[in-house]
Amino acid sequence: MNLDARIPAGPIERKWERHRFEMKLVNPANKRKYSVIMVGSGLAGAGGAAALAELGYRVKCFCYQDSPRRAHSIAAQGGINAAKNYRNDGDSVWRLFYDTVKGGDFRAREANVYRLAEISVNIIDQCVALGVPFAREYGGLLDNRSFGGAQVSRTFYARGQTGQQLLLGAYQALERQIGLGQVAMFPRHEMLDLIVVDGRARGIVVRDLAGGAVEAHLADAVCLATGGYGNVFYLSTNAKGCNATAIWRAYKRGAAFGNPCYTQIHPTCIPVTGEHQSKLTLMSESLRNDGRVWVPLRQGDRRKAEEIPDAERDYYLERMYPSFGNLAPRDIASRAAKRVCDEGRGVGPGGRGVYLDFADAIRRLGEDAVREKYSNLFEMYERITDENPYRVPMRIYPAVHYTMGGLWVDYNLMSTIPGLFVLGEANFSDHGANRLGASALMQGLADGYFIIPCTMGNYLATLPPGPPSADHPEVRGAVTGVENRLRRLLAVKGTRSPASVHRELGQLMWEYCGMARNRAGLTKVLQAIPALREEFGRTLTVMGAGGELNQQLEHAGRVADFLELGELMARDALEREESCGGHFRDEYQTADGEARRDDARFCHAAVWEYTDEARAPARHVEPLMFENVNLATRSYK
Amino acid sequence: MRVTLHVWRQRDARSAGAFATYEADDISPDMSFLEMLDVVNERLITRGEDPIAFDHDCREGICGTCGLVINGAPHGPRRRTTTCQLHMRSFRDGDEIWIEPWRATAFPVVKDLVVDRSPLDRIIAAGGFVTAAIGSSPDANAIPVRKEDADLAFDAATCIGCGACVAACPNASASLFTAAKLTHLALLPQGQPERLERALRMVTQMDAEGFGPCTNHGECHAACPKGIPVEFIGRMNADFLRAGLTRGRREAQAGDSAGG
Repeated sequence: MNLDARIPAGPIERKWERHRFEMKLVNPANKRKYSVIMVGSGLAGAGGAAALAELGYRVKCFCYQDSPRRAHSIAAQGGINAAKNYRNDGDSVWRLFYDTVKGGDFRAREANVYRLAEISVNIIDQCVALGVPFAREYGGLLDNRSFGGAQVSRTFYARGQTGQQLLLGAYQALERQIGLGQVAMFPRHEMLDLIVVDGRARGIVVRDLAGGAVEAHLADAVCLATGGYGNVFYLSTNAKGCNATAIWRAYKRGAAFGNPCYTQIHPTCIPVTGEHQSKLTLMSESLRNDGRVWVPLRQGDRRKAEEIPDAERDYYLERMYPSFGNLAPRDIASRAAKRVCDEGRGVGPGGRGVYLDFADAIRRLGEDAVREKYSNLFEMYERITDENPYRVPMRIYPAVHYTMGGLWVDYNLMSTIPGLFVLGEANFSDHGANRLGASALMQGLADGYFIIPCTMGNYLATLPPGPPSADHPEVRGAVTGVENRLRRLLAVKGTRSPASVHRELGQLMWEYCGMARNRAGLTKVLQAIPALREEFGRTLTVMGAGGELNQQLEHAGRVADFLELGELMARDALEREESCGGHFRDEYQTADGEARRDDARFCHAAVWEYTDEARAPARHVEPLMFENVNLATRSYK
Repeated sequence: MRVTLHVWRQRDARSAGAFATYEADDISPDMSFLEMLDVVNERLITRGEDPIAFDHDCREGICGTCGLVINGAPHGPRRRTTTCQLHMRSFRDGDEIWIEPWRATAFPVVKDLVVDRSPLDRIIAAGGFVTAAIGSSPDANAIPVRKEDADLAFDAATCIGCGACVAACPNASASLFTAAKLTHLALLPQGQPERLERALRMVTQMDAEGFGPCTNHGECHAACPKGIPVEFIGRMNADFLRAGLTRGRREAQAGDSAGG
């Protein structure tokens, strides 16, 4: 398998500039002859579709939601990083690059991360030009706040709804192109297979979710911006519809999958309340600017929070990580929460929770100032828990939030299938083994607004325009394959709903492939998942028919793919015999419980290649070279 | 707790619909309204019945996908709360709950409680944007914006596009939705060059989609989960009127410059 990352030569500060010069161009008059498919309409998808359409390409954009404005980027709360150094606090492109490489525990490609940091400054400019109402100071200039894993204030925000505002900016740019006829939009359409003709990605098979029709769409190139696969855990902060089907179908058509085991468990989410729980809700990392995390010093202390005096509280992040304190990176803060709860010091029902306390901030700044910064988050917390966080501390616990792994891409964001590009969370590229807060929005928009418009031209310039014929055997075969798959799901007529199997898979993944993993557990889950998959194939029940809106059928298809992907994640976690970032193996830790990397054996991306149903996938490696950042033990102490 | 549900069931846009009644017992007050429906659906599936179709996605009140008329109120009884954020503790044991889709000519039913809200997207496509090609922007701090303006623009921009305003309005008007976007962009310097043209285009599109006119009932604001102020409709009307009054002059100027 060819895993050439196609990183341009030269010093890291010049690579992207040099690459833009060296890439081939499509002249403006020829661009309209090429068509591009974009799957997904989040920051990467909507941004990319709008940017490609502005250049003159004909774009078809697909999303499963009823409107492109609803993609899950909308739910991002805290902010977006950019190396503007507007605070004069020592920030720079180099520092953002360094923080991100270190934050990812030295498991991301240096060149990609540098480009991301470089582009970050253009993103903020572009968003402001599009009318994104970022928070401002009284002088009229932009405000910033701090996020985990950084000692500078470089995060731009729009109250606790930054993702919403950035997405609406991208959505409006996309709608403008739809109005101009440059983009054809297909909402309520779900991609169910990739069409590969003569080794190149040339189209997709979709199901019209409203009417049930299965159809092929063909183009000169295909982009997947379909988000992450956190819903393999059933409970996560992802939207209910988020799924891995697009990337999984592409994987089974030959696109390699990078680092599937790297998942991010976010430290500050509202704890689970019962069996009925259908999803978990994040409380933004930005809250850790002013909230202090603590648990009682004593095990089994059942007093109310306000009855516990300061001396009997353990502000454990401040104690363990004095230089970053409550703003320790996510993987570290999550593990610390798990540890204090494992010690029996957790709070709330079931003891799986820690306090996030704003009492000091309210005393220091006043309630109004706290309200101004976080009101929507506090309201959301109150609606869900029926507790007022202005009066009592929030209770929080880690939850699955993001997946750093995804389809392998080269520097051009192209997968191992020529003509298949992967953007945003769906790819594996920039965050290594742990993503820093406020970096997902940055990556989505960098990929969509600024990278794909350049690299797409470089690819298309090598091809004569024009998609393959709809009668091509590969096209017809892919459509038939999807129809058969749907028919099989409907034909089982067993007793278990897709949701019940999904929940069981999620429990297995959380237990054995979640915040802490070990050989015994992973070995166990690698037997349990195929057994569950077999049961799914035997006992599934889907009511209704294929030719109509059928939400059970949609869910069943997604669960079928999660049941395969979960196994690959566990396999990857088992093979990676080290701890790094969000991947923590019990066997590989330091005396004080920190992650212990093994750079001699694992300083690489693990890249998985699908073989066939009968055989295990093949594990390849892309070695990672650190020429600009010293490969050091990550410390936030 | 135990509740009795009367749920609108409709096969598709062409079929007639009707209420079906379901008893839901063993419901926890900590469940969200949609989690309660999940439980009802799981039980329907076990009994071999077709589950209730309803739209939902983020389940944290921001994506705008969910939306049910609950006991006659869009998004239910709790103010400034989307359906997904409504919890069963807002109801009492033994309550009867009537659940319907958004009702508006412009929003045809797709199935059961799912409606087609694509007209809202077309209103945005008609002009709800700033034309700023990617890559053409000045430094983000080049143009200061008064904090008061930025904050008010943000308040308008928090609209989640759920359509509750339309469902609540006796005229099924989309004025609050349209006014929110117009207000957001009209308050920012970046939105000025296209301001009047935008108002003209979006309002024209709103009318073309079959939404009714605004006659100042204010139900839209009461139902809005984000509390978008009804005053924004006044701002929309002012810009729309100004756009109409100055249109001839602007077209003449455009003609002159095109000719020159």
